[in-house]
Amino acid sequence: MARSPGREIVPPVQKLRMRYAKRGRMRFASHRDCARSFERALRRVGVPMAFSAGFHPHPKISYANAVPTGTSSEAEYLEIGVLQECDPQALQAALNATLPDGMEIMDVVVTRTSDLATRLEAGEWRLELPGIEPDVARAAAQAFLAVDEVEVQRMTKGGLRRFDARGPVVELAECSGEGDPEGCAILRLVVRHGTPSVRPDDILAALAAVADLAPPIPPRITRLAQGPLDENARTVQDPLLPDRVEPTVGA
Amino acid sequence: MTATIPDPSSPVFDRLEQLLPRVQKPVQYVGGEVNAQVSEWGSADVRWALMYPDAYEVGLPNQGLQILYEVLNEQEGTLAERTYAIWPDLAALMRENGVPQFTLESHRPVVAFDVLGVSFSTELGYTNMLEALDLAGIPLHSVDRTEQHPVVVAGGHAAFNPEPISDFIDVAVAGDGETVVLAISEAVRAWKNGGRPGGRDGLLLSLAALDHVYVPRFYDVEYLPDGRIRRVVPSRPDVPWRVAKSTLTDLDAWPYPRTPLVPIAETVHERASVEIFRGCTRGCRFCQAGMITRPVRERSITGIGEMVQAAVAATGFEEVGLLSLSSADHSEIREVAKGLADRYEGTNTSLSLPSTRVDAFNVDLANELSRNGRRSGLTFAPEGGSERIRAVINKMVTEEDLVRTVATAYAAGWRQVKLYFMCGLPTETDEDVLQIARLAREVIRVGREVSGSRDIRCTVSIGGFVPKPHTPFQWAAQLGHEETDARLALLRDEIRADRQFGKAIGVRYHDGKPGIVEGLLSRGDRRVGRVIEQAWRDGARFDGWSEHFSFDRWMGAAERGLEGTGVDVAWYTTRERQHDEVLPWDHIDAGLDKEWLWQDWQDALDGVEVDDCRWTPCFDCGVCDQMGTAIDVGPTGRVLIPLEPISPAPLLTTQA
Repeated sequence: MARSPGREIVPPVQKLRMRYAKRGRMRFASHRDCARSFERALRRVGVPMAFSAGFHPHPKISYANAVPTGTSSEAEYLEIGVLQECDPQALQAALNATLPDGMEIMDVVVTRTSDLATRLEAGEWRLELPGIEPDVARAAAQAFLAVDEVEVQRMTKGGLRRFDARGPVVELAECSGEGDPEGCAILRLVVRHGTPSVRPDDILAALAAVADLAPPIPPRITRLAQGPLDENARTVQDPLLPDRVEPTVGA
Repeated sequence: MTATIPDPSSPVFDRLEQLLPRVQKPVQYVGGEVNAQVSEWGSADVRWALMYPDAYEVGLPNQGLQILYEVLNEQEGTLAERTYAIWPDLAALMRENGVPQFTLESHRPVVAFDVLGVSFSTELGYTNMLEALDLAGIPLHSVDRTEQHPVVVAGGHAAFNPEPISDFIDVAVAGDGETVVLAISEAVRAWKNGGRPGGRDGLLLSLAALDHVYVPRFYDVEYLPDGRIRRVVPSRPDVPWRVAKSTLTDLDAWPYPRTPLVPIAETVHERASVEIFRGCTRGCRFCQAGMITRPVRERSITGIGEMVQAAVAATGFEEVGLLSLSSADHSEIREVAKGLADRYEGTNTSLSLPSTRVDAFNVDLANELSRNGRRSGLTFAPEGGSERIRAVINKMVTEEDLVRTVATAYAAGWRQVKLYFMCGLPTETDEDVLQIARLAREVIRVGREVSGSRDIRCTVSIGGFVPKPHTPFQWAAQLGHEETDARLALLRDEIRADRQFGKAIGVRYHDGKPGIVEGLLSRGDRRVGRVIEQAWRDGARFDGWSEHFSFDRWMGAAERGLEGTGVDVAWYTTRERQHDEVLPWDHIDAGLDKEWLWQDWQDALDGVEVDDCRWTPCFDCGVCDQMGTAIDVGPTGRVLIPLEPISPAPLLTTQA
């Protein structure tokens, strides 16, 4: 009875990787909140999920690198295992019809490679700073880039940690243009992932340290992309690209 | 130049959004849940803000609120949105920044609605209502409100004694709300469309004319020199002397909620719930819910099947709870359990039954329901430690039954059994409570024997008893908090001292202080309103949360609030009432004959038990006669046919 789950474990016949966005009001959802919302959407749609073994079987889903609560993202990644082959486009449409507003599946591919997590090498972010003039933010970014190291501290699971926020930063530039709201600087940030990963709030702490930058209104932060880093272009590439290559017949 | 007057109904989300990065769990304030209903503001002429006066995580799963939310939103021209208690961190920021209490659907100020409906499952939500009124910019006192303010309506079980909050509410609704909210909507609509005749008083008078609706300000309370109530008199003609509760009949015609809300934030019950019957006639004398919700009205087996199916499809929840006051008592529960277990076999959908009755049948049901999914421990509620005290409270279960039932559970493979008890019951002695330890030891001893394992546990969970209105114990003296604590300490020491079994027995208990405040609010009269207001002014919020509750704050507030009345907290709590005393809630009619309640109270003191009227002849509690209702139970003889296997939508699969 209670001690004998006795279920047979059926391995997934297919895995699918998805990029999804978390925006608007959903940015206030924690990673766990998003995970529950996603799992319930899978059940409403009737996706034939594979389950883990054990007394408390869980649907086979793995999540990569979640953004902090309060931060928007256009580039969250997850992978599911299913018991029947699914059509990626149909799955995307069905999920998007039922997910809460603010969660949207942007891309679905069938998994064909094994190393998605290692391909999430760097992240690209957009930091909107209402109440900060673009010139002020530009000068602060330049001051930041001009130094070799900016130590910041953050409370992590392992306690208060001090680390360098400058080293992993590949790009930090003011990029507001015409059509953007007045008096709101917008920074584009490209940063290499590491341990601990330098996050936009660390960059804001660093900008406060090097240039006294103090946003009067909470900044709006969006992760735009994650993927392999193109060092020369200082951009982030599509991490699902290798999965998009159809296997050659007979190869 | 013309000054533009800001529209008081304008959404406040933009301003709220600035504050959210600075608070705990901001997602609870943003709405956007699956199955939330967002209507055009202009599409309705009667607008309700429905509040559950506790944190979102507690309030969202509340069935009463979800039912009324759907019932109201289905009506043409009516909309309903939700609001919950706001934690102090955000409340402080809202005050600082001029952001008012808002609803989660359109994030409009609560003050812009026609009706604010507050559902009270417990009296400990009263201060949260005051906080919400204040944050909303609605005057705390009914008399200070104008036509521009919403009508504040209280409902739920605690509203069966609305007297302590009668200064703050405009209206209380007694009983099932489904049809009453519709009648209130119609009255509000007629008043608005008719040019608001008679102003706010005109509206309240038209509400007071509705069945089941109590408007406290149209009643005067007179007191005797000794502080007891002399009488409660209507102050206007056409206002009834007593207000009778509402009783919904034919549950199958009310399959709500059809599309339960799916929260984004984590809540206390992560499941869909289906109410399988309403009311209970087991006759447990401490149980207010059982007394005020009579008679029993069942949902049919097929009605249950349809609701479970709809809820799973609409929510994606992994668990469905079959709710009622005593779910194993449904006339076709065996067929329901087996039918649902068959339907959902292999789907990772689990079914749960709040199992409180102590008998082996309950274990069978739990085994049946747990064959599909996750299994938690089993819970039984013998409530009283000794057979004597169980006769007093009319919880008819012998020690032999209890031990045999729990042994059955352990033998069936369950490893964790929870037993619920109460402390401070009428006539209780230390010995009655110490019997709990003996019972728990016996349970473990037999459990080890039948399971052949030492790896079994029993958790004893004890709450302090609070006498409630409309029960046979409404006259009883509540046990003081020091005595409660002392008795619980004795029990804890007794269990800890047991070397053989003590380690397998967990004890969970709460200290007696919150129970005294609950007791004051439960059996209070209008004079207690000043205590509630003072406590709120002194910072009382979230009184159901131990980290926010302060006994000293409440006692200080009581001292000031009751000054000059000649009565005090002890008078309201630890004082036994006599037969001829006018009780503050006597003019709210739950259908129970007061003489029958008194007789049942006397029977309790004599240890005389009373049966369940579903299986024995009527014992004249008065409800069915008074309310024109009847017991509505099966069996229907119908069966749950297997569902088409729940298969993935065909468009998803590229091959079969």
